[in-house]
This record gives sequence, C-alpha cells and structure tokens, in this order.
Amino acid sequence: MNVFRFMVQNHQQVLELTAEHLRLVGFSTLFAMLIGIPLGIVIAHRPRFNQPVLAGANIIQTIPSLALFGFLLPLPWLGERSDRLAILALTLYALLPIIRNTYTGIKGVDASVVEAGRGMGLTESQLLFQVELPLAVSVILSGVRVAIVISVGLATIAAAIGAGGLGEFIFRGLAMVDNRVILAGAIPAALLALLADFGVGWLEKRLQPR
Amino acid sequence: MESPVSLANVPTEGSIPVIEFRDVSYRVAGTVVLSGFNLQVQRGETLVLLGRSGSGKTTSLKLVNRLVAPTAGKILVKGVPNSEDDLIRLRRGIGYVIQEVGLFPHFTIERNIGLVPKIEGWAPGKIRARVEELLKLIGLPQEIAVRYPHQLSGGQRQRVGVARALAADPEILLMDEPFGALDPLTRDELQREFLLLQQRLHKTVLFVTHDLREAMRLGSRIALMEAGRLMTVLSPGEFLRSTDPMASAYVRAFGEGLESAANRETS
Repeated sequence: MNVFRFMVQNHQQVLELTAEHLRLVGFSTLFAMLIGIPLGIVIAHRPRFNQPVLAGANIIQTIPSLALFGFLLPLPWLGERSDRLAILALTLYALLPIIRNTYTGIKGVDASVVEAGRGMGLTESQLLFQVELPLAVSVILSGVRVAIVISVGLATIAAAIGAGGLGEFIFRGLAMVDNRVILAGAIPAALLALLADFGVGWLEKRLQPR
Repeated sequence: MESPVSLANVPTEGSIPVIEFRDVSYRVAGTVVLSGFNLQVQRGETLVLLGRSGSGKTTSLKLVNRLVAPTAGKILVKGVPNSEDDLIRLRRGIGYVIQEVGLFPHFTIERNIGLVPKIEGWAPGKIRARVEELLKLIGLPQEIAVRYPHQLSGGQRQRVGVARALAADPEILLMDEPFGALDPLTRDELQREFLLLQQRLHKTVLFVTHDLREAMRLGSRIALMEAGRLMTVLSPGEFLRSTDPMASAYVRAFGEGLESAANRETS
C-alpha cells in the first residue's frame, strides 16, 4: 500500500500531472480528429488518394516515438516548447486510426442507400452530412477511441522531452529505482486509458445507427 | 443496322416524348454497354425495358437521371437534353426506385418519405400531411411512420420506397426491378397495387425487369434489349404474337416453364 500512501502524500502533484497529461491527450486527439476525419472523407470519395494517405499515416506510426520527438525538436516555434512538440507528435500518431476508421466507416455505408440518395437529388454535401457521416459515426468513434488509448500511453514518453504529464513520475521512478514513484505515474495513466475507452465506447453505442 | 421498329414505337403526333434517347451509346473501360440506343417514352405510359442481365437495361435507366453520363448521344427529358438541366433539379423531378430499396436506415419511415420535400423547403405541416397521404396511397398504416426501415417487411419497405419516390410528385418514375427481391405473393400484390396507382396517377414510368410476366402485366409497351441494343418495342399483345426471334424465345421459355410444370402434374 506504499504506492497509495505516496500518491496521497503527493496528491497535489498527481493531480497536476494528470491534468497536464489530459491536456496533451485532449489537444492532440482534437487536432487529429480535425485533420483525420476530413482526410478520411476525402480518400473515401477519391480512391486515387487512398493509397498515399494511408501509407503516409502508416509510416508515421512505425517511427519509434522517442525518435519522432527527436526529429521534431529542430522545428521552429514548435521546438521552443516541449508541450507543443509533444502535442504535435501525439497528433501524428493518432492520425492513422482516425483516418482509417473514417474511410472504412464511409466505405461501409450500403451502396444502395447512397445510390438512392444520389438518385433522389441529394447534393454531395447533403449525402455526406445526412447519410454517410451519421451512418459511419460509430466506426469513426471507435477509431477515435483507439487513438485516445494509444495517446494516453504514448504521452507518458513525452516527459522524456520535458513536456510533463504522468510520465514525469515514471521517469523519475526509473531514475530513483523506486517502484512507488513509477506506479504513481503508471496507475493514473492506466485509469485514464480505461476511462477514455469506456467513455467513448459508451458514446459509440449511443450513436450507433439502427 | 436499324432495329426493327413496330407501330407501337411511333410517337403520338404532336406530343413531345417525356423521355427520349437519341443515338445513345455508353462504353466503360472498353466494354460496350449500350450502343445506338433510340427510344421514346410517352406521357403517362409504363414502358418496360425487358432483357437479361448485362443487356444494358439498368444503364439506360441511370442515363435518364444522369447517375451515368452517355459516351455519345443525348437523353432528352421533357424535350430538354438532361445534360443542360441542373443535375440536382433534374433528379428531384424524377422518382427513383431500386430493387435494394435503399431506405435510409437511420431515418424513420416518415423522414425517409419526407426527405426530398424537406430539402425542397416544404413547411413541416405540409410534409406531414404529404407523408400521411402517401402512406394511405400505398396502403400502409399510419403507425408505421415512426418506425425504422429494419422493423418493416420486405414488401413494406418497397412500398415505402415507392412512396418516397412519389413524395415530391415527380412526373417521371424510374423503377429498376423494384419487385425483383420479393417473394412471389408479395410481388403479385405490389404489381397489382402498382397498376391501381398508375390508373390514378398516370406517371410516365420507365420500368426495368427481366421477368416477361411482369413486363406483360405492367407495361403499356415492352422494349426488348439484348447485348446493349434495343431489339424491338412491342405492346404486350404484339409481343405474344411476335415473330421476332428474341421475343418468341422469351415467350417460349416462359410458356415451357408453365407447360412442363403442368405436365409433371398429370404424369
């Protein structure tokens, strides 16, 4: 129970780091959605861009996270502050599941429904916003859910470049060879991941089209 | 080569055909789907495109509401080439019914039927009244309005599909094997209802089927298609007596089916 005593004693810092962690994950997920969902929509309608976009997102995913932080360090403005860098890196990692699920979700809409809609005289944007997106929303959200869970884990590494978050405890614990300190970072991070998984999963079910 | 033209293909004098194909060809990836296609559909008639799969029937239909654009030739809708009309306006003036129905699964029946009126900016009260009227017209109970497509039977869904196509009162209906996926009894019911509906509404209908029986029952004229060409256009009566090899092959195939069934019974 040493861990919990440690966490209670340092609750101020646990809360601070959790808030930082949430900020990193929240902003990066938001940016990834803002970029990834439109990209997914585009490649679902323009098969030409499908391969290059998905391949690009895939390649980013294969770069080891520490190396990616390193690559991004020399960037102007972004390199000045480590939390900006961390948010950018996390955004890049979150892109693949969001783009891919948006693409899959829209492609998965029954072709006859789209054809009927088009034949009735819906404009392309009416078709997108009234038919395709509502029918794809639960698939898209499940991509967002995966992205968040990945980000919560990856964000712990952001502490290595001084971006804060629960990784601070983990790295400090590693340096001090103190499991209590490591767990004080790892346990809240795991809880965050579970909570996000559950929360978005619930939303996903609620928005499931019939 | 000119296709044989029967008397039935001669347009009524002085009237503009509602739909007219002029030397239409459609090729996709080197395959000829339709070639030298000429056809006129008159106001208020039900013209059936009959042919086997791959004969170009569905493509002909999609050329009318421009889901497909021709490689060559013109399609005139109410005398105007449909390439000159605004695409969205054109489609909203043409009801479209397909075999898979394609109801929006996340909309109630009421929203499905009322969608085109809604995007056309009708007042909510007027839409509700129209939906009610259409449900009555297609013989479905009013309670169904609040249900979702997956809660309906196949026959009910296709009735709703027809109601949705009629919602904004289009002059033209395009129907692509609308009853093809239904069981024989339901199909029979819907065919009968279609005839009654047509007696009241007099829409100009272009109807695709591969079923001769359906063509004979519903069509005022039957256009026989084969391998992307229009073979002949005949009235149902002429079709039965026709000496055209394709037409008589259809009649024979259909007759033999009945005969052999009857023979099995007696032997």
